[in-house]
Amino acid sequence: MTRRQRRDLWLGLAFVSPWLVGFLIFTVYPVLASLYFSFTDYNVVSAPRWIGMRNYTDLINDPLFGKTLYNTVYLAAIGIPFSLGLSLVIALLLNNKVRFQGLFRTVYFLPSVVPAVAAALLWRWFLNPDYGPVNEFLWQLGVNGPGWLADPGWSKPALILASLWGVGGSMVIYLAGLQNVPVALYEAADLDGASRWQRFRFVTLPMLSPVILFNLIMGIITSFQAFTNIYIMTGGGPSNSTLVYALYLYQNAFQFFRMGYASAMAWVLLAITAVALVGVFRTSGWVYYEARS
Amino acid sequence: MARRRGLWNLVVYVVLVAGAVFFLTPFVWMISTSLKTDGQVFAIPPEWVPAPVMWSNYRRLMSEIPFLRYLANTVFVTVTSVAFYVASSAVVAYGFSRIRWPGREALFYCLLATMVLPPQVTLIPQFVMFQKLGWVGTFLPLIVPALTGSAFAVFLLRQFYSAIPNDISDSARIDGASEWQIFARIILPLAKPALATASLFIFIWTWTDFLNPLIYLTDDRLYTLAIGLQQLASTRAAAWPLLMAGSLLMSVPIILLFFFAQKTFIAGVSTAAVKG
Repeated sequence: MTRRQRRDLWLGLAFVSPWLVGFLIFTVYPVLASLYFSFTDYNVVSAPRWIGMRNYTDLINDPLFGKTLYNTVYLAAIGIPFSLGLSLVIALLLNNKVRFQGLFRTVYFLPSVVPAVAAALLWRWFLNPDYGPVNEFLWQLGVNGPGWLADPGWSKPALILASLWGVGGSMVIYLAGLQNVPVALYEAADLDGASRWQRFRFVTLPMLSPVILFNLIMGIITSFQAFTNIYIMTGGGPSNSTLVYALYLYQNAFQFFRMGYASAMAWVLLAITAVALVGVFRTSGWVYYEARS
Repeated sequence: MARRRGLWNLVVYVVLVAGAVFFLTPFVWMISTSLKTDGQVFAIPPEWVPAPVMWSNYRRLMSEIPFLRYLANTVFVTVTSVAFYVASSAVVAYGFSRIRWPGREALFYCLLATMVLPPQVTLIPQFVMFQKLGWVGTFLPLIVPALTGSAFAVFLLRQFYSAIPNDISDSARIDGASEWQIFARIILPLAKPALATASLFIFIWTWTDFLNPLIYLTDDRLYTLAIGLQQLASTRAAAWPLLMAGSLLMSVPIILLFFFAQKTFIAGVSTAAVKG
């Protein structure tokens, strides 16, 4: 190593040192510690006691664990396609040369920056079966509205409906992606006499596929970590119908002080996230990557 | 052909307007509820126009909970976090882009990996650590980690720094400038737009954060708006005018910020998602 190279190594490390220290203290150590805790019985007050695989075998036999997995996967499997589809449709419509484009974009985007606590309280009240405007609207149409968040059969669809209010975030990402599609491709498609549908199917969709993949991955990650809105809207009820993974993990850790058990849940979550992401990448043959210059 | 285009445009407008109504109605309902009497809230069928208009609900909210104290706490945590995160990330991003050294790429992959790591995996040991330090019940667990940078901000700033031509640094080096001087006097002033974008995103995340204050702020004098509002909701579940007034007040700064900084915001989204 020349003197210059050695100097650059030290300089580089010096510049990244704030992050490096934080990475070791707030990521590497906690990840290893939580792996260790997951094999122990630990309530914070007394020292962790090694119990081997007990937490993991308990998880398998815990009916609530299965229930939270089911609830989480349900919300993800139904919620993600709806939110990806809806935000894509809005983005495509807004990408037309429409009047008031900026105004529409703001209206659709705004709900996604409303603080989760505020949005959750709002939707709890908005979906109130007796005094809320949604059921009143349904009643005007001659439909007897459901109990929404108060009804175990409707609580999950209600959460999905409320979450669709926040699709503005992925819409903006789609819009940014649409802006990057070269106009020349559309001109070429027009010369070939492509229909509106063909332009979408053979130009827009392939060019947008990396952005769709990005939104899909973000959707998977965030839906497995969903916490705040559900904590406030339902607290996991009624009859545990909305008890999701992150909420049950929080309860175990900070209400029942079963830190070992919660750590085992955290590692199962890590494994599930990893498997889901690898699965998505393995099946991402539909994503079109243009050659980078 | 022209007629078909006209028809298509009409369909687009109808759908866009219908959608806009769906997105705006909850806001209208929030504002309307915040101005109703406690009795009108429970009218059947629901009424949209508050009569009488209860501006006093906002004053009642201030006396029902120490709203201004929670606001001050939120502002303090948010402003400190933004300052800490952005300052440290600006330095770290320099080391990841403007200096070449062995191991840089490997460490950068570690940084990217932390962005997809579920926070639950680090949550419990971090809590135990802060508990042993005696920091639970103070603002420290919320603001000290900010000194070590945000992976998102580092990523964003690194993209920006990398696009600055190397000649600028080289000529400064020939003039005898130290690496820190190049960073502070040349690169940092050029990176203002990226610093603004990073600040904006971190502001929104910290302002709206719920889980961390919930775990660490055990003393009700330190509550942020998010926790204070949730507390009010659990003790006064039927006080909808107050809850909606509080939700609205908590949202207003974010909404204003978005209006003033729309361009900065959109730029950030496209860097993070599309060019990444």
